Amino acid sequence: MSPSATAGTAGTTTRRRLSATAVAGALAVAPFVLGPYAIGTLSRILVFALLVLSVNLLTGLTGLPTLGQSAYFGVGAYAAAITATRITDIGVLQLLVAAGVSALVAVPTGWLAVRARGVVFLMLTLAIGEIVYSAAVNWKSLTNGTDGMSGIPPVVPLPGMPALELDGLVYFYVLAVFLLLFAAVSRFGSTSFALALRGIRDNEPRMRAIGYPTQRYALTVYCGAAALAGAAGALWVSVQRFVSPGDAGFEIAALALLAVVIGGSGSMPGACAGAALVWLTRDYLGNLEAVAGRGPLLLGLLFVTAVYALPRGLAGVRIPRRLIRRRTA
Amino acid sequence: MSGWLDGNFVSVIDGVAFGLLLFTIAVGLSLVFGMMDVLNLAHGTLYLAGAYVAYALSDGTLTGLLLALLAGALVGTMGGAALTFLTQPLARRGHLDQAVLTLGITFIVADLLSAAFGADVLPTDPPEVLRGTVGLLGHAYPVYRLVFIAVAAGLALLVYLVFERSSLGALVRATVADRDMVRALGVDIRKVLYGVFASGAALAAVGGVLGAPILGPGPGVDETVLVLSLVVVVVGGLGSVRGALAGALLIGQVQTLGVALLPEYAPFLLFGTMLLVLVVRPHGLVASAVRA
Repeated sequence: MSPSATAGTAGTTTRRRLSATAVAGALAVAPFVLGPYAIGTLSRILVFALLVLSVNLLTGLTGLPTLGQSAYFGVGAYAAAITATRITDIGVLQLLVAAGVSALVAVPTGWLAVRARGVVFLMLTLAIGEIVYSAAVNWKSLTNGTDGMSGIPPVVPLPGMPALELDGLVYFYVLAVFLLLFAAVSRFGSTSFALALRGIRDNEPRMRAIGYPTQRYALTVYCGAAALAGAAGALWVSVQRFVSPGDAGFEIAALALLAVVIGGSGSMPGACAGAALVWLTRDYLGNLEAVAGRGPLLLGLLFVTAVYALPRGLAGVRIPRRLIRRRTA
Repeated sequence: MSGWLDGNFVSVIDGVAFGLLLFTIAVGLSLVFGMMDVLNLAHGTLYLAGAYVAYALSDGTLTGLLLALLAGALVGTMGGAALTFLTQPLARRGHLDQAVLTLGITFIVADLLSAAFGADVLPTDPPEVLRGTVGLLGHAYPVYRLVFIAVAAGLALLVYLVFERSSLGALVRATVADRDMVRALGVDIRKVLYGVFASGAALAAVGGVLGAPILGPGPGVDETVLVLSLVVVVVGGLGSVRGALAGALLIGQVQTLGVALLPEYAPFLLFGTMLLVLVVRPHGLVASAVRA
């Protein structure tokens, strides 16, 4: 790397820190500015962004395209819902149970999936997602079938805190967990383990040749991503206070993969921006009067446009060099 | 054992019918990916379009069914050609972009279809002459399913003969093995690609027309069909006609017997089968040389 490129990276890091702080600040004051509906939407976007980060760990970082992350999101959501209704309304415990159960389910399913790469991996994860979905529909004694589970008590974030009845307060709980997990995933991105995962993405045979147990690495990140998706599922239950098989369905998995592709594979802020764009298209644009109920159509058009127009995603969109030079000169 | 078979006889024959339906659909997916390296996640949508064609044209007569078959084949062929055209520019960018594009097409077409036909599952009856049941080893069995088994088995044989026994099939297989060599012989590779894609898509849509009375058109059916075909292709082994047949017959049995015997655990049986097959044979039942 040339010296000027290194200097550029340092500048980018500072700018990144500044913009991350700005975004976190804006998110923190949002409830004082926005109405209840917008705050509900924002909570859902944050939850969805966590799921997208989980997909990004697999698809962007490790190069394993997954269409089955809704499975672990759904397992986490059901685990949290069952914990909330039968055991405890403490949010932290629900998060831990959800993440733990999702990671456990990921051990056998992930073991099967990481035997494959590329499209076969995608096919296997899609099948895993679909099987969890039909389990949510058919395993009525546990999941209440297509009716879903309702009557989930409001979440109590930590022992001793009051139950969060208001949407605005739930939003702060979601935001706190989101920022914590985002920071954790960011830190993870610069570990040597994450570097090895990048190596697997770029040239797996070489990584294997220099002695990395690539299969074990892939399974580990698979289970970690599943735990993250499961935690997102628990937050989803805290926001919705309801869970149904649709939450574990194919559409969620497809949207999460799209958000990663739109965001630009591998970039975490890009993944979050992609998550926001996808969710707003589905929830907000789909509800506009002119196109009422045509949400799937708009999403489909977004998928198609994104593939042709943004080959490297939002994170790959660069201001043309000439403009930057003129400004610095 | 004969007692068990007797008790589940209808389920087993249903499994054969369902397996052959899965074969008709999945073989196109398998060939297009295994041979042409194009991932088409809109494959279930082709089935759904065919099933809606059957619903729209079924008027209780055999003529209606034949018309629907022709219309379905036409819709499928055109859909396949359009998909080839749309996925071509992405060929070099890898499978993830193909996946996102074809998923987007799935969303768009599913939305248009449910706008046109509503959000309910539409019951589609077979032609009047094919309704009713016949006695089969002491069990009453629907006539339409028997006819379906015969027709689908004929289609399977036709596909097998074309791809594995004809010079056209040899050309397709040669294209897979060495594109540049075939091009050097003066063959237009794009024509082969369009041909395989369009015929695979036509088979899926024809499967939709024939399968409408078994797995009728409605929102979400495209996704069910896509997942089952992917499982069939993975279990059977990518890119071979015999693999698709083996996988389809196995999954057909697992699905119908599983639902009949253990309804609450049927989804896990599907996963369990896939797990078992892939542990024993990582490349599927019929492994073929595929550039995956």
